[in-house]
Amino acid sequence: MKFTLSTSRRSFLRGALTGAAALGVCGGPQLAAAQEPGALPANSRVVVARDPQLRGTGSAVDPIRMQSLLDRAMQAAFDSDRTMDAWKRIVRPGEVVGLKVNTLGGRGISTNRVLVEAICERLQQAGIKAGDIVVWDRGTEELERTGFQIAIGGNRVQCFGTDQVDYEPELSAWGSVGSRVSKILTQRTNVLINLPVLKDHDGAGVTLGLKNMYGAIHNPNKYHPNGCNPYIADLNMLSEIRTRLRLTICDATTALYEGGPAYKPEHSWQMNGLIVSQDPVALDYTGWQIVERKRAAHGLKTLEADGRPPAYIATAADGEHRLGNCDPKRISTIEI
Amino acid sequence: MLREMSTESESCAGSCGLPSGAINRRAFLKCAVVSGGALGVGEFAHAATGMPAAAVQQPDDARFVVEAKFYEKAANLKIKCKLCPRGCVVGDKERGYCGVRENRGGTYYTLVHSRVCAAHVDPVEKKPLFHYLPGSLAFSLATAGCNVNCKFCQNWDISQSRPEQLPAEYIPPQRVAELARHYDCPTIAYTYSEPVIFSEFLMDTADAGHAAGVRSIVVSNGYMQEDALRQAYGKMDAVKIDLKAFSEKYYRDVVTGQLKQVLESLVTLRKMGKWLEIVYLVVPTLNDGDAEFTGLAQWVKANLGVDVPLHFTQFHPQYLMKNLPITPVPTLERAKAIADAEGLHYVYIGNVPGHSAQNTYCPRCKKLLVERVGFTESRMLIEKNACPFCKHPIPGIWHV
Repeated sequence: MKFTLSTSRRSFLRGALTGAAALGVCGGPQLAAAQEPGALPANSRVVVARDPQLRGTGSAVDPIRMQSLLDRAMQAAFDSDRTMDAWKRIVRPGEVVGLKVNTLGGRGISTNRVLVEAICERLQQAGIKAGDIVVWDRGTEELERTGFQIAIGGNRVQCFGTDQVDYEPELSAWGSVGSRVSKILTQRTNVLINLPVLKDHDGAGVTLGLKNMYGAIHNPNKYHPNGCNPYIADLNMLSEIRTRLRLTICDATTALYEGGPAYKPEHSWQMNGLIVSQDPVALDYTGWQIVERKRAAHGLKTLEADGRPPAYIATAADGEHRLGNCDPKRISTIEI
Repeated sequence: MLREMSTESESCAGSCGLPSGAINRRAFLKCAVVSGGALGVGEFAHAATGMPAAAVQQPDDARFVVEAKFYEKAANLKIKCKLCPRGCVVGDKERGYCGVRENRGGTYYTLVHSRVCAAHVDPVEKKPLFHYLPGSLAFSLATAGCNVNCKFCQNWDISQSRPEQLPAEYIPPQRVAELARHYDCPTIAYTYSEPVIFSEFLMDTADAGHAAGVRSIVVSNGYMQEDALRQAYGKMDAVKIDLKAFSEKYYRDVVTGQLKQVLESLVTLRKMGKWLEIVYLVVPTLNDGDAEFTGLAQWVKANLGVDVPLHFTQFHPQYLMKNLPITPVPTLERAKAIADAEGLHYVYIGNVPGHSAQNTYCPRCKKLLVERVGFTESRMLIEKNACPFCKHPIPGIWHV
């Protein structure tokens, strides 16, 4: 990661205010913010990008090829020939960007650090200061165990867990969910880029972007019954999440088709890919289909036959939630 | 820093810091100051503040981690928890619904053994237990976590948190027993959050307490598998169960549990011969119908007997249920009247300071036997477990 500028709480707030003023007064290029309730796009674009040579001849992801893969995915997602045009539709200078990774699976199957570094590189080129980027998850120790370098303060990309700053003392509630939300989300950042991992999940069926938000609240254990449905959808309705989420980049370098969410090497495969979308529901739907195809290839039952269909995806798309599309006729899947 | 609990009756019952009358409030505060002062020089040295979790994480969390007692191993490194009826099937690196039990490589661990996040010296009437050593103190403690999620929980900040999110002290069982004796508490109370989920700690502490001549009581939702209930609560000297409602719908929608299992626990506890009292939090519009009160009273009479005390307590808006009003006193009086009419002998009204239905009366001669103001007794006339006037036996544990 690049370590260039620092941000204090004061400068963060100043930046946030400046950003708000710019939005309100100057207009500027249209930001690709999350959809407002009732404003579902007619079609959602989901990019599935792969690079069979992502790891070269070794087992580790090659940083240069990852950067290239990310660039291609972003160009396709935003229908642009120029990578930075895509990023500038996501963020603008002065904003503080949170990258919510998933580190539950340890070094075996967590958000790849090389991917995070590639994103940080492009964010800085888009005008975001290094110190205004926060790589975060639930626990600092988990981040560290996964290979992330913890950084708190200074002019570098920040990286720490919610355990460093706590959760909001007050509850945020929507539907079945009442939770304390990470202060990283509410006080340290104003843009959320979600970086989940493509995995099978023993309760929800699959875990991708929407479920990754369980790592942003204090009581995820309360939301696993009934295949996490409607909890996942309800959680993503919280304004703290919904108003900040601008993009989901699902890490599918290594993915899991069975036995998740913990790492099961015997059920993982190197997909060497990324799934990118601004529609979190469409992305989850697309990832689910990939997992199903892999399960079928290994002679496993469908998730529904296994008693754990990811019903939360349809809930997230229903008239009450309208978080995105899960109708395949309304999802443009672009494979590159 | 440990969290000290409020002056409320502590059934997950949603009362909210009611003054219990001047005298008792003073008495309680005195008690709190005494305990707080003493706690300040011992294990409870820190003051309760809103410290960020990072500041409260202990470097040696391993000392709180003990293999769980009630589970079985399953395929693919999963485990099936056998502590509560939820029966969580938990994958590797995941936790159960309670948030305090974790699967690590196919072995299930409790993360809260000796991990005390709240401790206080309370009057036993605050539990409330009215037929158990009236006027005595209970060394009361809790860990993080709960196996349900009541929308009215008054202690949600500890019951609905994971252990690492709360300040906590390492207080092993023998030390708990020592502290109880130090504070002249004849009883240790497991309370505030949900003791079901810290059963291992409860069991070890009860053993340590009994070895030191200190009894144990538990304040619980009773949502527990029978084998675990028999093993854990078998070590208790008295049990108070929060029966949240008398309908499955309420349990499903408001509690996230099941009524049937709780009723079975009540019957089991009664068969085990445990001193048992029941609290029913009356929530306006949700569980305050005549039919529900009647059904409850009839069930108690038929399955537990008329001598099991039943407390109807007043709801105060809390947690996720701030949209409902405080329970009107006439509603509580209606509930009591229905239960009285069904023939129950000891029906109380709780969280209403000064109400005459906080007192114990002889079911035969109707004379006042125990007068209570707030959370303390001011007059106790029962002698040799009987009414001093008509000699009618009064069930309970009245004397040390």
